[in-house]
Amino acid sequence: MKRALLLLPLVLFLGVAAFLYRGLFLDPAELPSALIGKPFPPFSLPAVEEPGRTLTVEDLKGKPALVNVWATWCVSCKVEHPVLNELSRRGVNIVGVNYKDDNASALKWLQEFHDPYRLNIRDEQGSLGLDLGVYGAPETFLVDKHGIIRHKFVGVIDERVWREQLAARYQELLDE
Amino acid sequence: MKQLLRAALLGLALSMAAHAAIDTYEFKSDAERERYRSLIEELRCPKCQNQNIADSDAPIAMDLRREIYRMLGEGQSDEQIVDYLVARYGDFVRYKPPLDARTLLLWYGPAGLLAVGFGVLALILVRRRRGIADPASNALSPAERERLATLLDKKDP
Repeated sequence: MKRALLLLPLVLFLGVAAFLYRGLFLDPAELPSALIGKPFPPFSLPAVEEPGRTLTVEDLKGKPALVNVWATWCVSCKVEHPVLNELSRRGVNIVGVNYKDDNASALKWLQEFHDPYRLNIRDEQGSLGLDLGVYGAPETFLVDKHGIIRHKFVGVIDERVWREQLAARYQELLDE
Repeated sequence: MKQLLRAALLGLALSMAAHAAIDTYEFKSDAERERYRSLIEELRCPKCQNQNIADSDAPIAMDLRREIYRMLGEGQSDEQIVDYLVARYGDFVRYKPPLDARTLLLWYGPAGLLAVGFGVLALILVRRRRGIADPASNALSPAERERLATLLDKKDP
């Protein structure tokens, strides 16, 4: 008994060390989204390309979508853009949320760098972004065909992220 | 001329950015201003990790401050406002996490550890005192005394 007690400090130390070691590999910038499993927040906003057209959450339903929050002021969005172009070429359904942006710059961007978005929601005031819990572009949501948010990815989507984190999930939603 | 204008605009934009954390909101009463103060100090900026939204210059913190101001104006309670933000950003935005099964350890862990510490301390003290108060516990049994005597005797030539 006494001898077992002597081991206690070592056990405690190992426990703490294990936690700290794990902490080394956690990304503190990664926020679990509060919206996973919840319906996409309702909105009524114009389309980027057609100012007369009003988009609502109904336009998202019907098939799974990658909802990508982007802006022309967002530097890393430019890095991500070619990847989105490629994904859209492969048939991935991508919906854009143009977050707190100037519409003219957005249009110019889409013209210059190609437009991978099936729909593009014009969220100039950032109201939809707020409802989505967006805290920095680019952020991407996987939304199923019923309009439920199933996954969120914060940061730049590149080939590797797509392959390792998103492709399988998207396929799963397609197969549902 | 165009360049001058652009420079002026840039200067203006920069000066605005520098003052972003100082909002000039008008409140109906001092009590409301106080509530606003305490809310923005208690809520964490989702972008900047270790700042509350009162201190942060990030655009998102600015948006959240504006949103809180708007909701206060609408007469919403502190609880409604916090719930509104938690629904969007998760418990992460609260510097004061709610008390539930997941946060039990967080809330009561330190007090628990302190209690354990005092427990151990008490145990040690009690043991020590018992040792002093009852010298008989240190005393040798008759058999031991005899052995001691023989050992000591042996030393004698």
